[in-house]
Amino acid sequence: MRILRAIFGHGSGRIGGVIVGVYLLVAILGMLGLTPHNPITQFRVDRLHAPNSAYWMGTDLFGRDVASRLMAGIGQSFTVAFFSVAFATLAGTVLGLAAAWLGSRWDGIVMRIMDVLLAFPAILLALLIVTVAGPGTWTSIVAIGIVYTPIFTRVVRGPALSLKAREFVDAARTFGSSSSYIVTRHLLLNLVAPLTVQVTLALAWSLLTEAGLSFLGLGTQPPAASLGLMLSDSRNLMETAPWLMIFPGLAIMISILGFNLLGDALRDILDPRMRRAPA
Amino acid sequence: MNYLMRRLATFPLVLLGVSILVFVAIRMVPGDSITAMLGTEAGLLTPAQRDSLAAYFGIDQPWFVQYWRWIGGILHGNFGISVTYGRPVLDVILERFPLTLELAVLSMIIALAVGMPAGIFAATHNEKLSDLGVRIVAMIGQSTPSFVLGLLIIYTLSAGFGLLPAMGEFAPLWQDPLRNLSQLILPAITLGFAFAASVTRISRSAMLDVLSDDYVRTARSKGASARSVIWRHALPNALIPVVTLSGIEFGYLLGGAVIVEQIYALPGLGRMVLDAIQQRDYALVQGSVLFIAFNFMIINLLVDLAYVGLDPRIRLGEP
Repeated sequence: MRILRAIFGHGSGRIGGVIVGVYLLVAILGMLGLTPHNPITQFRVDRLHAPNSAYWMGTDLFGRDVASRLMAGIGQSFTVAFFSVAFATLAGTVLGLAAAWLGSRWDGIVMRIMDVLLAFPAILLALLIVTVAGPGTWTSIVAIGIVYTPIFTRVVRGPALSLKAREFVDAARTFGSSSSYIVTRHLLLNLVAPLTVQVTLALAWSLLTEAGLSFLGLGTQPPAASLGLMLSDSRNLMETAPWLMIFPGLAIMISILGFNLLGDALRDILDPRMRRAPA
Repeated sequence: MNYLMRRLATFPLVLLGVSILVFVAIRMVPGDSITAMLGTEAGLLTPAQRDSLAAYFGIDQPWFVQYWRWIGGILHGNFGISVTYGRPVLDVILERFPLTLELAVLSMIIALAVGMPAGIFAATHNEKLSDLGVRIVAMIGQSTPSFVLGLLIIYTLSAGFGLLPAMGEFAPLWQDPLRNLSQLILPAITLGFAFAASVTRISRSAMLDVLSDDYVRTARSKGASARSVIWRHALPNALIPVVTLSGIEFGYLLGGAVIVEQIYALPGLGRMVLDAIQQRDYALVQGSVLFIAFNFMIINLLVDLAYVGLDPRIRLGEP
């Protein structure tokens, strides 16, 4: 509750929080199929209608309702973003904690593997993984998850190393606490703040990467709706039906903006050292 | 061992890991490479023909033998033959790379030319309306994916002005510089826009940090002019995070070119990788991914070296 109050007391946090909240609602409605029309059903007689009272955001080349597809697409993009960030957070946290706690050889091995993953530009590594596993929703989740795992590993390992050297960890050892207790109770709990900030920002990147993969035809596959795919399909009809491009484009942009604003606000709130120079 | 030495010592190790990852990944693609190469005609082969083809290409060997041959070939400049182009992979890569490199460099110039002055302006007008304006634009810029911006630019040009981005046959820089720039300027703006926003935000916060440091206060109290404080005292130190960001982002620009080249139909390395994936030209995918990752690593190493040069404290301290 206190964190929510802090977010809504923060200028950009308020805007970001509202945007993310609205998107979550739309995503849930989209996933539950509670859309004005069926996002996949084609109404051929209603092809390429401009936005009107029946179709708020118009229809596409196959007469499908753009607003309904947008809702389903937001649901799809958010599903991929949440699962992939959950994957990266879990894998990164476990690897980062293991590297920091076990030290020496394990630390070296884990961090060199992360260096290898970081040696690829994000979209290229995602493309490589999609090439191996074939395009699709689950592949996108795993690909984006793997791409962002090294970032979480680094975010966890650094602070975990310095926490490990603190007196309270020595004290816990002296009292006979087990390693797993110290790692979960003392290290992990102290890492919640940096992880929360990272998760929020990673959701923004993940949305971007998912949309990028779908835009290239390597993410969500038709006829399912996805923001990137809708945008890609709009290219040939840009002049005759600009609404096909404008709505998904704005939807992607505003969702990323929401998470970026929220992430920045969380960083200000949870890391007081950053307060001096909000950017 | 100091940071720089450690960084240089792990470089070959990471490069080895990258090459193994790329090699193993491509071997994990379902289906064998003979079918990928011959398509439906592979079904006409007898088992004996298939075996002799496998022996010819060396794919009947264990993976580590294949890897050893592949990496040995690469060390001699032999990346294999592209099935699509029927030419050596390296030749195809080197033919496409200048465009992608030029696009990334041009994007970076645009991003720095716009982002740094905007960031410094915002920092020196901290908490004023103009600062807020710059921050809002930068935040929106950072949240705009290149493919959204690219399509918006093309749409605005075609619907608003009846113009289309200069496409058609691509003119290399050394043959027709003017035509080349006219073809690359919009893609470079598209690719560099989000980067410009990041540069603005980083320059602004770095500048704000430095402006509140004691030595800047001392310079001010000695009576140095505002201009001298900003340009002589504050800017050199505020540049450190901008250099780091630029280096890291430059690598991402090389990767991000995949999407922008696709939108503007530019025959660069990024679009070639995508085509190679779709055409299942694995030798080309393998070679070009390794090539891009290698460049990305070299750039990151150079950034670290520049970083050490700019901030001597890092030479001795922990990374």
